[in-house]
Amino acid sequence: MDIIEPLVKIVFIFLITLTTVAYLVLVERRVSAFIQNRIGPNRVGPAGLLQPVADIVKLFLKEDIVPKAANKFVHSLAPLISLVVAMTTFAVIPFGNSIHLFGRDIKLMIADVNVGILYILALSSLGVYGITLSGWSSNNKYSLLGGLRSSAQMISYELSMGLSIIGVLMIAGTLRLDKIVESQAQGMWYFWRTPISFITFVIASFAETNRLPFDLPEAEPELVGGYHTEYSGMKFGLFFLAEYANMITASAIIVTLYLGGWQLPFVGHIGLPDLAVSLLQIAAFGVKVGLVLLFFIVIRWTIPRFRYDQLMNIGWKVMLPLALANILITGVALLW
Amino acid sequence: MLTDFGRILIFLLIGAVFTGGGLVASWLLRPRRPYPDKLSTYECGEEPIGEPWVKFNIRFYVVALIFIVFDVEVVFLFPWALVFKEMGMFAFVEMAVFLGILIVGYAYVWVKGDLDWDKPSPKVSRYVKGVGVVSDESVDVTEQVAV
Amino acid sequence: MSFEQVVFYFLAVLAAFSAVMMILQRNPVNSALYLILNFFCLGGLYLTLNAQFIAMVQVLVYAGAIMVLFLFVIMLLNLGDDRRLREHLGLRMYLGIGFSVALVLELLFIFLFRSSNSAVQQSANAAEMGTVEYVGKVLFTRFLFPFEVTSLLLLAAIVGAVILAKKKTAE
Repeated sequence: MDIIEPLVKIVFIFLITLTTVAYLVLVERRVSAFIQNRIGPNRVGPAGLLQPVADIVKLFLKEDIVPKAANKFVHSLAPLISLVVAMTTFAVIPFGNSIHLFGRDIKLMIADVNVGILYILALSSLGVYGITLSGWSSNNKYSLLGGLRSSAQMISYELSMGLSIIGVLMIAGTLRLDKIVESQAQGMWYFWRTPISFITFVIASFAETNRLPFDLPEAEPELVGGYHTEYSGMKFGLFFLAEYANMITASAIIVTLYLGGWQLPFVGHIGLPDLAVSLLQIAAFGVKVGLVLLFFIVIRWTIPRFRYDQLMNIGWKVMLPLALANILITGVALLW
Repeated sequence: MLTDFGRILIFLLIGAVFTGGGLVASWLLRPRRPYPDKLSTYECGEEPIGEPWVKFNIRFYVVALIFIVFDVEVVFLFPWALVFKEMGMFAFVEMAVFLGILIVGYAYVWVKGDLDWDKPSPKVSRYVKGVGVVSDESVDVTEQVAV
Repeated sequence: MSFEQVVFYFLAVLAAFSAVMMILQRNPVNSALYLILNFFCLGGLYLTLNAQFIAMVQVLVYAGAIMVLFLFVIMLLNLGDDRRLREHLGLRMYLGIGFSVALVLELLFIFLFRSSNSAVQQSANAAEMGTVEYVGKVLFTRFLFPFEVTSLLLLAAIVGAVILAKKKTAE
């Protein structure tokens, strides 16, 4: 009996994330078209709403070309690592308060581990492998350069990411993500209690997800396709899914840590039934994640890419001191 | 009793089965018509020149080394952040000493220039009458506009 | 056999297997992949001991940081050709065999003659000893001095990295 509840939650999360990924691609294409004064995909289904289905069917039916010089096993393993790592982060993110259904309280997160944030950091440090291994195994100059660049980029920004979280942890005093969300009740969100930490974390998230302005691993004008130059068909599709899944988990983490998670101020006081409150909180979480995702997309289409030396400079000479300073400031503020 | 890490394992397995299933399904459905040109390494339509494993700048290696040191430092910060409120001033001073020593190292790396990456120095060619195309190494980019 | 024992034996066998495979592989990247698998098994073993902090750090530092450095080195060294990696072992091989036999004998001795009288003592608060909070408390009381000295060790590592790089670029 005990296993049914987590299984239902896992399948639920899977379906939600995958649908979001599929439609996020459509949203990105429509938003970019809007920004560039184009129309974007609008032919498949009403207003282009069936475009993701067409895309997925196409990816399934495409021939898979593995170059003769490639290391076949690692070449197939790399996209698997990318997507599984991107999805598994979601296991510790609370997407709502407990909900009372079928006579029992169900906690709306898959695994309530007491090392939640460390788990997220550990997993995101593994994200490097998908890209590095794909770059190495393709036996292609562009791929290798892209893989190497991206691993140097991701490890540089991982430091700032870890350091900026410390600011939140000092105030919250726990690594459990549900407790961190609870400590942000009544609009006491961390993004304005530790603004420096919020900014450095968001920038580091952009770099970790390889999104523009930090998309050097696949900088088209220089590296053709970067690490996925030699990928086609479903394996390319997996990398594509992984990129968007990474975006969703990054947004969910930003919302959980800094934007109050599922908290919706004052909703508990207007006398709604418990179930309605729970559903509203889940909706609040969804809307917040959606807004952060939209922010990701708008940034991508409005800001040009950094040069590599600029990227490393920002990572090591701006972000790192800022994150360290934030720890000091938070410490001093908490002591006085 | 299923522990929370057990749930993560199930999540991981379902994820792996799903992604692997996608690959298998596509393997069953897709066409297979390889020929030598298709399977060659892509280099913008040219024959690939030399080995792809070129030697890389040593900086990548140094960055990775420094990263490991700071990563260990971050790991120490986590338990500290959790007990910080309880222990207050004492923990703060202890961590300040710990971080202070490491910041000395950070400053050392910075001063030694290992955090600097090569900036591009564009070589600009220009046409001089009677001489032909000359390329100056130290032409300012702003000067190029004037030419 | 309890569920815990099943998990333990599964992880232990997998860890031993991946360690052996890591040594046997010719291709350095395959070796690195087996080593990563090995780190995960160790992380899992720590989890079965309730040492959650160490388990996460195992993945974060070893798999996430140190192995990235290994991969960098593999890429930097230009190891396209396996044959360049062959070493002539000679004396070292015999020394290695000698030490391995000594280690096996030592382990056998411990298992056969010591295990009966040293029953495993489980501390009363074993369940919470692996948590991050507990580690933090112990770190700033009992192990304060080692903790501070660690920073000097890390400082030495930074300086070492810089000097290594200088030597290489001067050539």
